[in-house]
Amino acid sequence: MIVYLDPEPATATHVLKLSTSLKLAQTRIFRATLLSLIVASVAACSTPPADHPPGEPWDPYEKTNRKVHSFNKGVDRAILRPVANTYSGIMGDEVEDAISQFSDNLSMPGAVVNNVLQGNMKGATEDTYRFVVNTTLGLFGFIDVATDLNMPEATEADFGETLAVWGVPEGAYVERPIFGPSTQRDSFGNLVDLFLNPLDYWIRDPEEYWTAGASVSGTLTQRSRFGSTIDGVLYDSADSYAQARSLYLQNRRFEVGSTGSDAYLDPYDDPYLDLE
Amino acid sequence: MTYEKHIPSRRTFLSGVMSFGLLSGLAPSAGWALNEANSMALVDKVVTEINAVIASGKSEAAMIRDFERIFSRYADVSIIARSALGADSRRATNAQLRAFTTAFQGYVARKYGKRFREFIGGKIEVTGVRPVKSWHEVEATVRLRGQSPFEVLFLVSDKSGRNLFFDMMIEGVSMRLAERTEIGAMLDANNGDIDKLISAVQRAG
Repeated sequence: MIVYLDPEPATATHVLKLSTSLKLAQTRIFRATLLSLIVASVAACSTPPADHPPGEPWDPYEKTNRKVHSFNKGVDRAILRPVANTYSGIMGDEVEDAISQFSDNLSMPGAVVNNVLQGNMKGATEDTYRFVVNTTLGLFGFIDVATDLNMPEATEADFGETLAVWGVPEGAYVERPIFGPSTQRDSFGNLVDLFLNPLDYWIRDPEEYWTAGASVSGTLTQRSRFGSTIDGVLYDSADSYAQARSLYLQNRRFEVGSTGSDAYLDPYDDPYLDLE
Repeated sequence: MTYEKHIPSRRTFLSGVMSFGLLSGLAPSAGWALNEANSMALVDKVVTEINAVIASGKSEAAMIRDFERIFSRYADVSIIARSALGADSRRATNAQLRAFTTAFQGYVARKYGKRFREFIGGKIEVTGVRPVKSWHEVEATVRLRGQSPFEVLFLVSDKSGRNLFFDMMIEGVSMRLAERTEIGAMLDANNGDIDKLISAVQRAG
């Protein structure tokens, strides 16, 4: 309304001023949000007591986690595994790959935001190029042209990793219903990531159902493709809960890039004690 | 005149080291060069033999036998086995340790050998090496059909008196630590009885 009543047309300077003040406000809100996020996440992540043996997972909720684990195994046996095998049987590998790539590509803007939050500008730039190339040349991301062009690998940065970079402790191990192994820090990170991808504010229905569908398809593809590995962990190991926990924590610490991984303790120094 | 005799050979050695350094993507450093070359050569042998097994198209049982032979020749099985047993290996007798190590070797061969069918049509290639603490980490790239390539790290040490690998890591997951969890769970399931654990390991995989 004000613009219409203004006798003078809005000049570029006006617009610039307006956008600058908007940006400032956004930055202030942004900073406040970030700060409260850090505070909330630090509060959410419990740390092991000083006498906790190093190398042992911090798992104070083991009793509940084990119940959730057997529930998840039931879901896998009754639904996920059979559905995934049927789905992969019907779909051709190429179609499944294309859908997974489409879904991965949609997550890229979120990774860019996380790279910026981590101060990893190189990663942010590389992911941006990758997103642009795959969205255009790769026909909305269905074809992974970036990899064929030998562009740098996607960083796959997420908010759990961002929190790790900010120094938030890993917290306790948790196994979540349906979503499986995680830590307190990563569960919180997953939650924030739901709001951090700029694309999500831009994509409206019915397209948002496609993206959700693509992500489900990706999960089914993975369940079927790595079928025997997952079966091995869930159904052939002596204690599938402990095995899943060990694999998750090792892999996640590797992704997050935290140093001091237990595997890097020298077994020749004391082969009996290195893992305790 | 003796110089002339020595200089070319030293130069050949240095250029060999330099090109090796370039190949591995690392700056050449005289102290590590020989060891890096040795570690890489060891993993090269492992990978070549594994590739041959994958390409052979043999039966599963034959592949498992081949894999056990490769594992026992190039891996420090006794340190991996002791590491998997963890602190409990302290209370094991020497006879128990020997029996456990033998059982463990067969178990690993069965468990991982079974998976070789998934590798058919694939190829593993040694791509680099770097020193870590007292050992060398040799990187190999695994290319499987219809999958993006991934890296496997072989941890090679000479502390046993020979160059042998004592761990394999994929995406940060150490085989040795995963087996430590597994063996620990099996020991718990057998109420901490090492003899019962040994017979369970003989059947498992």
